[in-house]
Amino acid sequence: MSISREDIEKVALLARIRVDDAQIPALEKDLGNILTLVGQLAAADTDNVEPMAHPLDAVQRLRPDEVTESNQREAFQAIAPATENGLYLVPKVIE
Amino acid sequence: MQWDIVIGLEVHIQLATKSKIFSGSSTAFGAEPNTQASAVDLAMPGTLPVPNAEAFRYAVMFGLAVNAEIGRRSVFERKNYFYPDLPKGYQTTQLAQPIVGPGHIDIDLANGETKRVRIHHAHLEEDAGKSLHEDFHGMSGIDLNRAGTPLIEVVTEPDMNSAEEAVAFARKLHSIVTSLGICDGDLSQGSMRFDVNVSLKPKGSDTLGTRTETKNLNSFRFMEQAIRHEVERQMEILEEGGQVVQETRLYNGDRDESRSMRTKEEANDYRYFPCPDLLPVVIDDDFIDDVRASLPELPDARRARFQSQYGLNDYDSGQLAGDARLSAFFEDAVHQGKDAKLTANWILGEFSARLKAEEKTVAEAPVSATQLGQLVARIADNTLSSAGAKKVLEALWSGESSDVDAIIEAKGLKQVSDTGALEAMVDEVLASMPEQVAQYQAEDNPKKRKKMLGGFMGPLMKASKGQGNPKLFNEILIRKLGD
Repeated sequence: MSISREDIEKVALLARIRVDDAQIPALEKDLGNILTLVGQLAAADTDNVEPMAHPLDAVQRLRPDEVTESNQREAFQAIAPATENGLYLVPKVIE
Repeated sequence: MQWDIVIGLEVHIQLATKSKIFSGSSTAFGAEPNTQASAVDLAMPGTLPVPNAEAFRYAVMFGLAVNAEIGRRSVFERKNYFYPDLPKGYQTTQLAQPIVGPGHIDIDLANGETKRVRIHHAHLEEDAGKSLHEDFHGMSGIDLNRAGTPLIEVVTEPDMNSAEEAVAFARKLHSIVTSLGICDGDLSQGSMRFDVNVSLKPKGSDTLGTRTETKNLNSFRFMEQAIRHEVERQMEILEEGGQVVQETRLYNGDRDESRSMRTKEEANDYRYFPCPDLLPVVIDDDFIDDVRASLPELPDARRARFQSQYGLNDYDSGQLAGDARLSAFFEDAVHQGKDAKLTANWILGEFSARLKAEEKTVAEAPVSATQLGQLVARIADNTLSSAGAKKVLEALWSGESSDVDAIIEAKGLKQVSDTGALEAMVDEVLASMPEQVAQYQAEDNPKKRKKMLGGFMGPLMKASKGQGNPKLFNEILIRKLGD
């Protein structure tokens, strides 16, 4: 199965990964191989198999509704590039 | 051309759990920025989510309240997008296997009819943080206290056909979730946020038109305005032969204008996939039965009970029953005052008007249900006229005094109901107004007579220093003047 240059560029943009033009031919080949493998899997007859949401055959454990976390803002913000008045600062995001 | 308006809603409802959906951080509103954002909420590497059982319980309560199927096996998925108030780079949400399946809510329309609005599904998900765009040296500030607050997103079918219907649905939804106690219902704090999908089609057509989505409306009023605005905008485009573009729009309520929000189409490609960090959550019959058994009274049932138990009319019972806190206040007050109809009148009238004027909630009312009940009891036993009762309420409200009987005593508001004394006053007033008496007696039209009767009330109330029982005055007047 093949993947187009446009698809690679779109996925790269969505994932915020910078891809140089020179890298694209190799990616076309590698991703194409992966999609071929997925295509083989998709060809298997799964008509009588219930779809799984998770590889483990187990169910989720839930926790009681209790506040167990304390304020550790100082520790977290010590490793942040920029903070002010308790806020994390990021490049302006409004359109 | 005539157009049909088609509206569907997506409503985000913050669940009133103590802790977040996937972490043990507090969800309390109004804390200092980022003091309630733990390593899980910040998406620190190596952390894993553990779901909050109460969030599931609340979601199932909602599902049962809207007659929905409960998803026995509910699966979380990742909705991928980049935004600084979403530290993980994805929102953990549900897509193909939500906790609440198809259901419905019945709404009352202005013409007295009931309309069924179908619910497509409701799913559990986490809220994002908040971005503050005030100028921090050209940067944006991020507060992640809200990140991870549990939400249910309720998605309706496109079953509403006017702004009024959409608002009626939103109010009914508000009434249900606050009655269930699963949401505090405080719209000013963003506890419920509405996205409206609007499209137009030629009247009677079966084909839906292109829709737009207006996001993040946080009051009933803004929602109504935004829908009207969008209907007009689309109508103008269509009538000029143009085409509506499918897009997300933002509405500015202060200016009554809207603008397109997402310009890049890639932004809507969320690449959902099942979250590998979370196993499917299985809800069994025992859990559902347990939730069903502990379900509190819902607005429709309460309304019916208020009619049968207290003899309230359709309107009053609807007004009270729609608001869980007001309903509780009413029942506490009736317990004191006994006269249910009168209690309902005072709560929906004077009491609610004062709350509205001061933008207060029932919980913030300076007058307690017990006090209001005592006040109503004094109106019912004829101690107070309604004018006198208003003065007592004013004194209670301002905190001048907390005891109804003490206020009546101190202000001399006790009505005179001694018939002998009242008769003497009527005689005196009639003797001083011979012309009006003659006119009254010459009048044949009962409506005009009734109006003329009112002309004697002023002098009578003056003579009694405002303390004469108006009802008794009226009776005596009619008797003395002859029919």
